[in-house]
Amino acid sequence: MTQPNRLNQGGRLDRSRRLSFTFNGQQYTGFAGDTLASALLANGVDIVNRSFKYSRPRGITAAGPEEPNAIMQLGASEAAQVPNVRATQQALYDGLVARSTNGWPSVQRDVMSWVGRLGGHLMPPGFYYKTFMAPASMWMTYEKWIRKGAGLGRSPAEADPDIYDHLNQHCDVLVIGAGPAGLTAALSAARAGARVILCDEQEEMGGSLLDSRESIDDAPAAAWAEQTVAELAGMDNVTLLPRTTANGYHDHNFVTLHERRTEHLADTAAAAGRDGEVRSRLHRVRAERVVLASGSHERPLVYANNDVPGNMVAGAISVYLRRYGVAPGQKLVLSTNNDHAYRAALDWKEAGREVVAVVDSRANPDGDLVKQVRDSGIRVVTGSAVMEASGSQRVTGARVVAIDTERFVVTGKVETLACDTIASSGGYSPVVHLASHTGKRPQWRDDLLGFVPGEVKSMHFAGGVQGVYALGETLADGGRAGAEAARAAGFAQAEAITLPSVEARHESPASALYQVPHEKTTLRAPKQFVDLQNDVTAAAVELATREGFESIEHVKRYTALGFGTDQGKLGNINGMAIAARCLHRAIPDVGTTVFRPNYTPVSFGAIVGRHCGELFDPERYTALHQWHVENGAEFEDVGQWKRPWYYPRKTGGKTESLHDAVARECLAVREKVGILDASTLGKIDIQGPDAREFLGRVYTNKWAKLAPGRVRYGLMCKDDGMLMDDGTTSCLGDNHFLMTTTTGGAATVLEWLELWHQTEWPELQVYFNSVTDHWATMTVTGPEARKLMSEVTDIDLDREQFKFMDWKQGNVAGVPARVFRISFTGELAFEINVQANYALHVWKTLFAHGEKYELTPYGTETMHVLRAEKGLIIAGQDTDGSVTPEDLGMHWAVGYDKPFSWIGKRALTRPDTARTDRKQLVGLKPKDPKVVLEEGAQIVLDPAEAIPMTMMGHVTSSYYSPVLKSGFALAVLKGGRDRMGETVYLPMADGTTHEAEVVSTVFVDPKGERQNV
Amino acid sequence: MFYIFCPYCDERREEEEFHPSGQAHLVRPTDPESVSDEAWGDYLFFRDNPRGIHHEMWVHRLGCRKFFNITRDTTTYEILETYPMGEQPTITAETARVRREQGVQTADGGWQTVGAQPENSTLNEETSS
Repeated sequence: MTQPNRLNQGGRLDRSRRLSFTFNGQQYTGFAGDTLASALLANGVDIVNRSFKYSRPRGITAAGPEEPNAIMQLGASEAAQVPNVRATQQALYDGLVARSTNGWPSVQRDVMSWVGRLGGHLMPPGFYYKTFMAPASMWMTYEKWIRKGAGLGRSPAEADPDIYDHLNQHCDVLVIGAGPAGLTAALSAARAGARVILCDEQEEMGGSLLDSRESIDDAPAAAWAEQTVAELAGMDNVTLLPRTTANGYHDHNFVTLHERRTEHLADTAAAAGRDGEVRSRLHRVRAERVVLASGSHERPLVYANNDVPGNMVAGAISVYLRRYGVAPGQKLVLSTNNDHAYRAALDWKEAGREVVAVVDSRANPDGDLVKQVRDSGIRVVTGSAVMEASGSQRVTGARVVAIDTERFVVTGKVETLACDTIASSGGYSPVVHLASHTGKRPQWRDDLLGFVPGEVKSMHFAGGVQGVYALGETLADGGRAGAEAARAAGFAQAEAITLPSVEARHESPASALYQVPHEKTTLRAPKQFVDLQNDVTAAAVELATREGFESIEHVKRYTALGFGTDQGKLGNINGMAIAARCLHRAIPDVGTTVFRPNYTPVSFGAIVGRHCGELFDPERYTALHQWHVENGAEFEDVGQWKRPWYYPRKTGGKTESLHDAVARECLAVREKVGILDASTLGKIDIQGPDAREFLGRVYTNKWAKLAPGRVRYGLMCKDDGMLMDDGTTSCLGDNHFLMTTTTGGAATVLEWLELWHQTEWPELQVYFNSVTDHWATMTVTGPEARKLMSEVTDIDLDREQFKFMDWKQGNVAGVPARVFRISFTGELAFEINVQANYALHVWKTLFAHGEKYELTPYGTETMHVLRAEKGLIIAGQDTDGSVTPEDLGMHWAVGYDKPFSWIGKRALTRPDTARTDRKQLVGLKPKDPKVVLEEGAQIVLDPAEAIPMTMMGHVTSSYYSPVLKSGFALAVLKGGRDRMGETVYLPMADGTTHEAEVVSTVFVDPKGERQNV
Repeated sequence: MFYIFCPYCDERREEEEFHPSGQAHLVRPTDPESVSDEAWGDYLFFRDNPRGIHHEMWVHRLGCRKFFNITRDTTTYEILETYPMGEQPTITAETARVRREQGVQTADGGWQTVGAQPENSTLNEETSS
């Protein structure tokens, strides 16, 4: 394949390495060093996409991240699909596969283009909202088709094969941008000894130096850049990150950098021959100081048909010619309001192509570059601008006219110049994005015709980002900023490097020109695009101002100006200028735009890093986890813990259902003996002379007289009197207690204890430590529990010697253990605590002896049924932060007469917490025993009442009881304790209504005899 | 993301290690039974929400587990000082107002001033304006 637009020489390419690639199914070739964009231009590909709204053909406009049109879908395989990559930022590699994100069935023949041809008059701003408004229910359907038509790229349908990393970095000075200012800044800081990170989004560091016509120390500017990068690369205190975009600037100098490590080589790391390596990284940089040297983006002028392929930004012409050896056309017309753009004409001519004319909006430009252009014989038309481009698939001519920018009118006759390329330059917009990420508004500078960054603490600005454009001044500004940053970071001796010599150039000032006046009014002229990516025209902005949108933020939202992946890089200032003109205001008076992260799109892979799959969220396992797995347990997530939910039996190829397994496990506990892995219960070791006093202040009940060897159930409230957590606490010694918490509440309770100790009662001598993981807990419970235990322990299990709510130290299965006689099932129960690494041995020993008692492992579901049958609550399930101990009927556990005003006590006498019609915990027995009420179901007293019905409470726990052979539930019900025996109703969403009787919360063994056998 | 100086660990650590714990310097009535319902309700439920300088309690949850106080500007997110439990802030809305009225130009000492040294502290001019 030939590359018709490739120059015979020049460019920073390796012409010995020919690379082939595919674009929209067609095979092309380029060279190593190309971007996808430069390779497409070299191959003469004019149309790279269809526009978002009007489906107009679009070509490559720019050469960097500001490119609005050449948005690609990359990836040879389904799993490697990446949407919305700018062709200007994608290095070419052999085998690259790219498609336009828009255009169906192809960019050449687009079925949506009739919409665009019917014209903008049919599609004003707000078109979709206005047209597809009714019926509202159809919007989702409309949107699907609009999106398909608009084409915004697509996500891969298969899993990403690559891995991504996060890297935490610290440095003294982070320099963002490795153009002239960034390089002198980095060198100045680095030579002073500061740890420097220098990042740049491009393939090669050097920025504008790589396509500059100027000389530094009498050598090409690019040579100085290479030499400086080489010096930095040789310094131990410098980290160079090419292909790395600083995408977000966050509080306290936290900057996120997106480093692409293999994307320039292939579409996956494996395909790049780097199997197992990281595809891209997110650097999380905490910098003492940041130097922002992000430069500027050139603004195109807004004129009629300025979107036809062949219309480009002037600076991009120079970049393609000088850096990539590509001339994107034959005959050029340049339209400008400033001197700097003239270099495009010189570069074009030197490439052997024809410059038809330079059209300058100024009356008397006289800068050095202007003179150079005139001296080379190029025609310069002053006081004029390109008003309209001719052509549809490619520019065929430029319609040039004299203009009066003050009055916004054309003043002469239109002259049509035949050409295939129109370059335009409306000046430069500093890339202020990162400086505004934390909310600082950019400031308008009339002398620069652009916004510069507002003051940001700990951020220094260098070069183009603050409107310093001349090469010599830029280098000096970078040196100053780098030295300042290093000094502020503690390197007092830091100084700007001695600057290389650069010839100063005389430049004539730019004039303000954004939209070029047309012989017709803006609304009647052919489309003049402001935002190419979002198809926003000057007419749309004008119409928005007429419809009453006065702030640029509102104009943006109405027209979509600056939306999408583009974020207004090319169009924002032009849009604001047009709005300002229509509203007869100055540009800063229509508002400024604050940018948000990210500066350019970041792949989800990089954002996620290693936090996916197994590492998405940590899982906690008990010491017995493997046994549960081997014995077929189904697991339930409780906080981060994996707990056995139930143990289905497999017989004859059939797996027991949850219902059957739970019924079997329940009956085993009630009739024989069961065992539960309760290791996840939170355990807090509390020590100190004031431990007892402290317990008395954080629990509602009394602790003064709890003797060593005894256990007590405690309720913990917040200071608003609402139950927060519950559990048992055992007295291990006079100054030593072991507190248990709910599985989910362990960390919260520990922090709660610390909070009160550290902030309210630091005078109390008491210390807290989490010992949850140190002890494994096994609950042996059921009528046969004592017999089983007696076979494995030396502890005296006599019911008079080892009473309910006692604990004893001894050996179980030959290892030291603490055994607690507490019961969460209502049956005789022993909770065995052993060092976690002995747990499996003890567990297995119990099973070895338990076979004759039909020892049955049970899971959390059975635990719930058993505890609910006894009316035992679960904090967080039967309570929700609005339930007091009194509401739960636990008056017996509230010590009102304790001397210290414990947490929650005062609040329990507030009028609201003392109301008698509060929701109270009750039992519910469905009239139909087959019914298991839904947890969360609302309770009403009158099922015939019109909706909205008076809601009296709701179900908090509900199960089927194999013992009762009936469903049963716990619920909170207004004034519930006075409604015993009443019938309540539970209307369901499907129209049925359940009836239930209000009963006691204790369904099994109301006298509590079974736990004391 | 904040970069927080823990006065107990004596170093700056990432925000991920910390957890905010609400307004600092709340005083629990020493004799709760003697205060009115209204006063108790104020203590329980009512918190300041200032624009500008705010004193907050944070806990170094994944570090030393200690609670401490932060003086933070809620408009700029700047942390002006961190100090241990039991100590009082040296920078308050009042001192900031005085400094602003006296036109004190503050030295640029970085985005965070560690410890309680008002002379070197950095108050943003937008503070509580």
